[in-house]
Amino acid sequence: MKVSDLIEKLNLELVSGESGIDNQISGGYVSDLLSDVMGSSKEGQVWITLQTHKNVMAIASLKDLAAVILVKGFKPDEDMLQQSNEEGIPVLLTNETTFDISGKLHKLLK
Amino acid sequence: MHFEFDIEAGDFSKVGFASSQLKKIMKQLVGAHKIVKRIVVALYEAEVNVVAHAYSGKVIIDIDTEKVVIKVEDEGPGIPDVQLAMQEGYSTASEKVREMGFGAGMGLSNIKNNSDKFQIETQVGIGTSLKIVSYLKAQ
Ligand SMILES: Nc1ncnc2c1ncn2[C@@H]1O[C@H](COP(=O)(O)OP(=O)(O)OP(=O)(O)O)[C@@H](O)[C@H]1O
Ligand SMILES: [Mg+2]
Repeated sequence: MKVSDLIEKLNLELVSGESGIDNQISGGYVSDLLSDVMGSSKEGQVWITLQTHKNVMAIASLKDLAAVILVKGFKPDEDMLQQSNEEGIPVLLTNETTFDISGKLHKLLK
Repeated sequence: MHFEFDIEAGDFSKVGFASSQLKKIMKQLVGAHKIVKRIVVALYEAEVNVVAHAYSGKVIIDIDTEKVVIKVEDEGPGIPDVQLAMQEGYSTASEKVREMGFGAGMGLSNIKNNSDKFQIETQVGIGTSLKIVSYLKAQ
């Protein structure tokens, strides 16, 4: 599955990093603790979080993640948007909670 | 090859500069190798620790055909109990740092797990030096 399929199926809003919408998705990782994601996420995963600053994109880039989903209507900071565009890692928005969107993503990737 | 970068403490908007530079350099040298990710993960965590816990710091990188040696030296409070600091979950990060999602107490273990050799030298009230060694070929 690609990021673009995810956007459509989970009704997400793409706000940046559009050049990465063909990134392949290998799975998901859910955490708001950055060094947990640094230690345990795997290449190609979609990261679900409520953190909205640019360090999120630094980690997503270092770990070669496929995309970042921000939950509960959270909006990315300006410098997070900018780095998402530079790295080509899409930032996707949803109004749903972490629980709900994670459940849907999990079901979709099964 | 030899590279040096300065780290400004307290400035989270610049954290990760040395690791992203090193990622570019390493990709040119060895391509999209698994080792590159390990090295940059270790360096990123070390950078974050200087920004979060120390006053100022410096990254010194030496690359040869066998290995990458990274030193991260800071002026700062030092670490009174290194064994305790190495335990996952132990953190003295400030409220502000925690709000950003740092301060899980996992950074030092991430460095250990993503390097072949890891040494900490620290003096309370003076500063901390990390030495991180990664071998380019599997031993
Ligand atoms: N350069 C440093 N100078 C002073 N103290 C440090 C330094 N690096 C680590 N420490 C101490 O060791 C503790 C553990 O560090 P570690 O990187 O494992 O976790 P953290 O930085 O608190 O949180 P995380 O890395 O998960 O965001 C820190 O909370 C701090 O007390
Ligand atoms: Mg840390």
